[in-house]
Amino acid sequence: MSLTVSEVEDCAHLARLGIEEQDIASYAKDLSGMLDLMTQMNDLDTDDVEPMAHPMDQVQRLRADVVSEQVNREKFQAIAPQVEAGLYLVPKVIE
Amino acid sequence: MYNKTIAELAKGLRSGEFSSVELTLAFLDRIKQHSSLNAYITVTEELALQEAKAADQRLATGDAELLTGIPVAQKDIFCTDGVKTSCGSKMLDNFIAPYNATVVEKFNNAGAVMLGKLNMDEFAMGSSNETSYYGAVKNPWDINTVPGGSSGGSAAAVAARLAACATGTDTGGSIRQPAALCGITGLKPTYGRVSRYGMIAYASSLDQGGPMARSAEDAAIMLQAMAGFDPKDSTSVDLPVPDYTVGLNNSLEGLKIGLPKEFFSEGLSNDVAVAIEAAINEYRKLGATVTEICMPSLKLAIPAYYVIAPAECSANLSRFDGVRFGYRCENPVDLTDLYTRSRGEGFGKEVKRRILMGTYALSAGYYDAYYIKAQKIRRLISEDFKRALSEVDVIMGPVTPSTAFGIGEKIGNPIEMYLSDIYTIAINLAGVPAMSVPAGFASGMPVGLQVIGNYFAEDRLLNIAHQYQQVTDWHSHAPKGFE
Repeated sequence: MSLTVSEVEDCAHLARLGIEEQDIASYAKDLSGMLDLMTQMNDLDTDDVEPMAHPMDQVQRLRADVVSEQVNREKFQAIAPQVEAGLYLVPKVIE
Repeated sequence: MYNKTIAELAKGLRSGEFSSVELTLAFLDRIKQHSSLNAYITVTEELALQEAKAADQRLATGDAELLTGIPVAQKDIFCTDGVKTSCGSKMLDNFIAPYNATVVEKFNNAGAVMLGKLNMDEFAMGSSNETSYYGAVKNPWDINTVPGGSSGGSAAAVAARLAACATGTDTGGSIRQPAALCGITGLKPTYGRVSRYGMIAYASSLDQGGPMARSAEDAAIMLQAMAGFDPKDSTSVDLPVPDYTVGLNNSLEGLKIGLPKEFFSEGLSNDVAVAIEAAINEYRKLGATVTEICMPSLKLAIPAYYVIAPAECSANLSRFDGVRFGYRCENPVDLTDLYTRSRGEGFGKEVKRRILMGTYALSAGYYDAYYIKAQKIRRLISEDFKRALSEVDVIMGPVTPSTAFGIGEKIGNPIEMYLSDIYTIAINLAGVPAMSVPAGFASGMPVGLQVIGNYFAEDRLLNIAHQYQQVTDWHSHAPKGFE
C-alpha cells in the first residue's frame, strides 16, 4: 500500500505539523513502507478478538474531589514563550 | 572507586573509605574526561556537589539509605525541577522543568546524588540514539558504533563508568536494547510498576521506567527505590512492592525456561546465537530445565507496535504547541502558523514520521483497519505470553538480532531500524517485565540475554540474573580505556 503526497499533506495539516516541501516525498515513501509492514496484520483472523487498549485491562481510577495541586502560575509561566499580565499570548485570533 | 557496584560503594561510604563528595568529584571528573562519548546532555555539577554534601551529613548521622550518596544519572526524559529537561529534542531545548518526576523525587528522598541528564533519542523514538537533537552517543565498546536507544546515553554512561547507575525508559526496548549493546544490566518492569508521573510521554500504554546498572543486584537496589504506587499516575498499579534483594540468592534448581522458536529463527546473527546458547547452558548447570515453546503471534508485534505507538505519540505530542512551554517559531503570522511552524521546526524527522503515521492510523476511515486491528493483535500477543508463562517460569532469548551496528548504518532506513527491535517490542505490548543481562561477547562487542517473566515477577527475574552473574563475570567487564 502506498501513501500519496497529498495524503501526507493532509496528515501534516491534521497534526498541525510543518514539513518541508522537499521532504514530503520521502515521508510518503517511509510511511508507505510502514503501511506495507502493517498489512501483515491481515494474515491473522481477529474477528472474535477484543481490542486491548491497556496491558492491565485497567479502568480509570477515581479519586476524591479534593484540591491536590497548588496554583503556581508565576513558576509555570516563567518558561512560556510569551506571557503578559498572567496570560499566555498568541497571535490575534479575533479581529 | 568508579568501578564499584552500588552495594560496594555503599560500604565504602559507610567505612569512611571515601566520602560522597569525593565519589561525586571522581565521577564528574570522568564525565569531563570522556565528554566525547556525548552521553550527557546536561551535567549538574553544582547541584551534585550540594547533594553529595547533604548525603555525607546523612551518612554521618546514620540516617542513610542504600542509595544515599550514590552518584546516579537521569535519562533526560524525567522532569527535574529547575534543571533543563530536553527529552533529546530542540522542542524542549529551553525547557526548565517546573517540577520533579516521581522517579526523581524518589532518588532525591533516598539521598542519591544526581550527576546530570543523559542523552537519548528524541522523545525516546529511536533505537540508536542518533535521533537526538544533541547528536549521536558513542558506544564505549567501539566509538564507531551506536549504543542503542532510546536510552543510549544511560547505557553508555553506565558502561563507561560515568555514573554508578542510571535510569532509563522502555517503550519498545529502549532499556533492554541499549543495555545489551553496551554490556550492562537493564530491567523493564511490569507496566504500571514504576510511576510515569513527570516522565515525558511517548506511548502511554507502553512506556515504563526502569533501572540500568552494572549488575542485577544494583538493578534490584535501584528498582526498590523506583517502584511503587503513585496516585499522580493514573495507570500506576496499587500493589505492594516486594523486597527485591531478599531473594537474589535463591536457588534456580528446577527453574523452567522456555525458548520461543520465533526468537531463534532467521535474522538472528550466528555469533549472537552462540553466546545466547552458552548462557542457556549455564542455566542448565544451575539446575534449570529448558523447553522450546511456540508464540505464533510474536511475528506481528512490529506491525502492531508501529500502529499503536505512533497513534499514542501523535496524541501525546499534540501538547507541544509553542504556547505554554518549549520552542516557539519566530514571528508567527497567525495561530495556525504558530502551531505548524513551532512543531515543524521543533521536532526532528523521526518524531515527525511517527506523528504522521499515528495521525494517519487514527484518521477517519482508517481507524478500524489499523488502530483497532493492532489492538486486537496486541491481545493475541499478550495471550501468547500468558499461555507460555503458565507452562514455563521464564522465557529467554536474545535482546537484539546482532551486536551494536555502526553509527550512520541504519538511520537512513527507518524500516530496517524498526526491525532491529524484533525481540523486545512484544514484551511492551503484553506489559510483562523483562531484563537484558550481559551474556558474553561476539567479535569483542557485548551480547545481551533477554529474560522475560510473568507480571510483577521482577524479583524472580533479578534472582535469575543475579545467579547467572555469580557464575559468570560478563557483567563486570569494562570497555577498553574505561576500566
